[in-house]
Amino acid sequence: MKKKNTIAVATAALIAFGASQGFAQEAAEAAAPAPASDTSAFVFNSLLFLVSGMVVMFMAAGFCMLEAGLVRSKNAATICLKNISLYSVAGLMVYLVGYNLIYGIDSGGFIGSFTTWGADDSDPLGTGYSASSDWYFQMVFVATAASIVSGTLAERIKLFPFLIFVALLTGFIYPIQAGWVWGGGWLDARFDDFAGSTLVHSTGGWAALAGALVLGPRTGKYVGAKVTPIPGSNLPMATLGTFILWLGWFGFNGGSQLALGTIEDAVSVADIFVNTNMAACGGVVTALILTQLLYKKVDLTIVLNGAIGGLVSITAEPLQPAIWQAILIGSVGGVIVTLAVPVLDKLKIDDVVGAIPAHLFCGIWGTLVVPLSNDGVTVFGQLTGIIAIGVFVFVVSLICWLALKYTLGIRASDEDERLGLDKAELGLEAYPEFSKG
Amino acid sequence: MKYIIAVVKPHRLDEIRTALTSIGVEGMTVSEVKGFGRQKGHSEVYRGAEYQVDFVPKVKLEIAVEASQAAKVVETIRDAAKTDRIGDGKIFVLNLEDAVRVRTGESGAAAL
Repeated sequence: MKKKNTIAVATAALIAFGASQGFAQEAAEAAAPAPASDTSAFVFNSLLFLVSGMVVMFMAAGFCMLEAGLVRSKNAATICLKNISLYSVAGLMVYLVGYNLIYGIDSGGFIGSFTTWGADDSDPLGTGYSASSDWYFQMVFVATAASIVSGTLAERIKLFPFLIFVALLTGFIYPIQAGWVWGGGWLDARFDDFAGSTLVHSTGGWAALAGALVLGPRTGKYVGAKVTPIPGSNLPMATLGTFILWLGWFGFNGGSQLALGTIEDAVSVADIFVNTNMAACGGVVTALILTQLLYKKVDLTIVLNGAIGGLVSITAEPLQPAIWQAILIGSVGGVIVTLAVPVLDKLKIDDVVGAIPAHLFCGIWGTLVVPLSNDGVTVFGQLTGIIAIGVFVFVVSLICWLALKYTLGIRASDEDERLGLDKAELGLEAYPEFSKG
Repeated sequence: MKYIIAVVKPHRLDEIRTALTSIGVEGMTVSEVKGFGRQKGHSEVYRGAEYQVDFVPKVKLEIAVEASQAAKVVETIRDAAKTDRIGDGKIFVLNLEDAVRVRTGESGAAAL
């Protein structure tokens, strides 16, 4: 998801790629297609941002449904409130400071500018898209990272301290590290992350992990060495949420091509759709088979995590892999989530929806495997980015969580947690007409 | 009169009702209940962690009948509820002192 001056480079690379696929050759034999006019390229590039941004925005609804389905009914309304609030806080913060922290950075720099964003369409041919379409597309990515955190910390975190953390994450933590790569900062030349396996998903995952460590597990989840499962209240809703996320991912990865103004770009966006889909298919089927083998019964919630794990895994490089490679990359994501969920429980890290395995661990895997299909990328470079961003996000998040813990307090009282946050914090219930099982 | 209480697997309810009405049972009360018997619940796995289901869902039927009908009703319930697997449930038969039809005030066997 690099932009501006890199589009031309990317386009040239894609033309070469298209030629290697025999595409350009055939096109030339038939009849050379008319080149896109500047206006049509501008319109289609902006349209890609807007349409992709809309489906990525709907991923907020996907996370909301997934999380509301995997918590107990006594916390479902609160998790819905947190999701719509975090999306809104992210929008405000990306406007106030986040966007210019990402893109107001000097080439090779470490930090962007602390200024409020305003649309600048004075040089439409220079950028190739409308400024607001780009802002919108970047904003919904930031919101995605924040959504990851809410799922891990569900059922026990207080509303306002959580939203303060979201403001810090979406206004500062995410934008600073995203500037290092997508803004053209110091990591850009060393490290490659097409749509954000590391920049978006691992970032959300690291922030969630830091939060889970400071917050502690839900009461009753771990008693002595024993793990007590706390089944989700609505698995059809969790499944709908996962389908919504899967749909949104076509915008997430496809839109990250950043251009739809030429035949080459259109081919790339479509190839990205296919690879994205196949990685998720691989993740689902792998989790399906693996849970059957391990537990003698398929676990739907792990299969849902498998879809997300597959999608996160392909996000660092959804364009270059052959279809079989995309399936393989996603399938390994399915293995990672299936095996990592019980491991986190052994470590007594309570991750309600499995966001840490799906977003953090699969994000690392997806970023590391980019050199398999992209010769221009090295494992060393990928490790540099994973470690630099991981350390930065985890340490800063930990400091923020600890600061919140010792000032406002982040944990709901034991009594509120038992009663359910819906009644304790909102004074209402998600399903008032259901009897309590 | 006898009062028959049967605790059975929920998915057998429709068959039991059909079988009972076909031998002339005029009414019953059904509730969803949970409980355990000799097998003490069972274990399940959720997200890789095993947990114990201490109370298994069942349905409870309550039927008041004339004493002469009781043996036939018990046998009918047993035939319809049986799956030959653990957890098929239990049938209890109690003596019933009286019954009153609320609308008319009839009592005893006439109220059934």
